[in-house]
Amino acid sequence: MKVLVPVKRVIDFNVKARVKSDQSGVDLANVKMSMNPFCEIAVEEAVRQKEKGAVTEVVAVSIGPIQAQETLRTALAMGADRAILIQTDQDLEPLTVAKLLKAVIAEESPDAVIMGKQAIDGDNNATGQMLAAILDWPQATFASAIELAAGKAKVTREVDGGLQTLEVSLPAIITADLRLNEPRYASLPNIMKAKKKPLDVKEAGSLGVDLKQHLKVLKVTEPAKRAGGIKVETAADLVSNLKTAGVL
Amino acid sequence: MAVLVIADHDNASLKDNTHKTVTAALALSKDVDVLVAGAGAKGVADAAAKIAGVRKVLLAESDELGHGLAEAVEAVVVPLMANYDAVLTPATSQGKNFSPRVAAKLDVAQISEIVEVVDASTFVHPIYAGNALETVQSSDAKKVITVRPTAFKAAAEGGSASVETISSGSGAAKTKFVDQQLVKSERPELAGAKIVVSGGRAMGSAEEFQRVIEPLADKLGAAVGASRAAVDAGYAPNDYQVGQTGKVVAPELYVAIGISGAIQHLAGMKDSKVIVAINKDGDAPIFQVADFGLVADYKSAVPELMDALTAAGK
Repeated sequence: MKVLVPVKRVIDFNVKARVKSDQSGVDLANVKMSMNPFCEIAVEEAVRQKEKGAVTEVVAVSIGPIQAQETLRTALAMGADRAILIQTDQDLEPLTVAKLLKAVIAEESPDAVIMGKQAIDGDNNATGQMLAAILDWPQATFASAIELAAGKAKVTREVDGGLQTLEVSLPAIITADLRLNEPRYASLPNIMKAKKKPLDVKEAGSLGVDLKQHLKVLKVTEPAKRAGGIKVETAADLVSNLKTAGVL
Repeated sequence: MAVLVIADHDNASLKDNTHKTVTAALALSKDVDVLVAGAGAKGVADAAAKIAGVRKVLLAESDELGHGLAEAVEAVVVPLMANYDAVLTPATSQGKNFSPRVAAKLDVAQISEIVEVVDASTFVHPIYAGNALETVQSSDAKKVITVRPTAFKAAAEGGSASVETISSGSGAAKTKFVDQQLVKSERPELAGAKIVVSGGRAMGSAEEFQRVIEPLADKLGAAVGASRAAVDAGYAPNDYQVGQTGKVVAPELYVAIGISGAIQHLAGMKDSKVIVAINKDGDAPIFQVADFGLVADYKSAVPELMDALTAAGK
C-alpha cells in the first residue's frame, strides 16, 4: 500500500506571527520556518504504518517555494521514502492546493492520503476535505486512530463531544488530529540518510491547474490589544472583581 | 440574494451555534433559510423555525445524515445551492468536516471562520491562530462560509417559519458509520464552555493536576483545559490542550493556573472575555493578557479561591 503525505512549510508554531506595517500580510522575513505540526503528525503516522507492515511506500509532497525542500527533507529524515516538491512562490488557496494534489495523485496513484487537518498559518482546515470532494473519494477527518486493511481503513475521529469511528473504502483522504501520535525527532543518521533519498522538483505551472485566486486579501491587521489588566492581592479580591465584571 | 444556514444539532436539540450563524447570515441577506440535516430531527427543525428572521426551514433526514457523514451532507447541500447565493455553517468540528467539500464541489473558495461581515462579499477572519485578522473579498458567485460562533450574538427566538421536508440526497456509498463514543462528562465541552479553568506545567504531576484543577472547574461549572507544556509532560490528556495546536477557546471567563503564557497557549485563549491568571512568577507573560492577575503560588491561592467562591455563594 502506497501513502501520499502532503506537508506544508509554515512559520514555526513557537514564533509569534507579526503583521507587516503596510497591512499586506504577515512578516515571514528572517522568521524560523518549520513543518506544520499537523503535517508532522501525518508523516509520523504514515511511517508508523510502514513500520507495522501496513504500508510499503510513503511519498511526501509539498507545494511551495524552493525552501520547502527543507520541509521535505525533514519528512524523509522521519522515514518517508521519497519526496516531490511542486514549486511555486505564489500563496495558494486550499482549493488550488487540492487541485495540484489531485494532479500529483493522478501520477502517483496512492491508496491513501494522510495529511494534517489544518495548517497553522491560514487555519482553513479545508484542503483535505476539498481534495476528497474533487476526487470523489471518501474522507475521514480529524483522525485520532487509523487502522489500514486491504481496501479499507477504520478511522476514529475527534468530533464535538467525543469520538466517532468510520470505515472508509480506499482510496481515501485521512486528516490527522493532535492525538493521533507524537511525532519523533529525526536522528542524526536518519537526517544524513535523508539527504540521499530522491526529491523531485516540478513547477506548479506544469501540472495544468489554474492557479487563480478566488479571494483577494484586502488587508491583514493586528487584533485589538487587550486592555491592561490589574493585579489583585488576594483570592477574595479576585472573586469580588469577577462578580463586578459579571462573569460569576 | 438568498442565504442558507446549516443548523448545528445532535438530532435531539438545536445548538445555539445555529442562532449565532443566523445572525451572521442576516448581515448578508434578509432571506435566510435553515437546513436541518439529520435523523429523527423534526424537533430540531421546529426549534429552528422559531429563530427570529428565518424564512423557511428545510429538513432532510437519513441515517447517514444523522451520523453527520460529510459525503451525505454534501449530497444534500450542493444541489440546494442552485437556489442560494451563500451557505453559512457554524465552524464546529462537524461544520468544518463537510463545508470545504461543498465549496470544492461548487469550485469556489471556502471563507473560513469569519468573525465579521463587512459586506456581501467581504469578510474578516482570523489567521495564525488569531494573531492576525485577514480581510478578504470573494470573487466567487456563490459563497461558502464557516462562521466562528463566539464572534456573533445569538439571533432571538420569536420566528414562525414553515418546515419543508426535502430529499435526503444520494448518501455516502464509500463511508460506513461504525460507532461513536460521546464523552458522558458532567462538565461542559471545552470549545463551547462559558468558563474554562486551565492548568499548566507548574502542577508537576497528573495527580496534582486532577487534585487542583478539577475541583475548581467543578465549583465554577467550568470545562477543564491545559497548556501544551502540561499535556506534553503527561499531566493532562491531549484533548484538554488549549492553544494554537490544540483548541481555540473564547469563554466568558478563562482561569489560567500555573501557566506561564507561551505564545502558542495565548493564541488559543486570548479572545476570552475575562482572563484570570494565577502564577507565582509576577513577570510571566500570561499577566500581559490577564484582566485580573494574582501573583501567588497556586498551592495556597487555589484553596483560598475555593473558599472565597464558597463565601460568595458558589
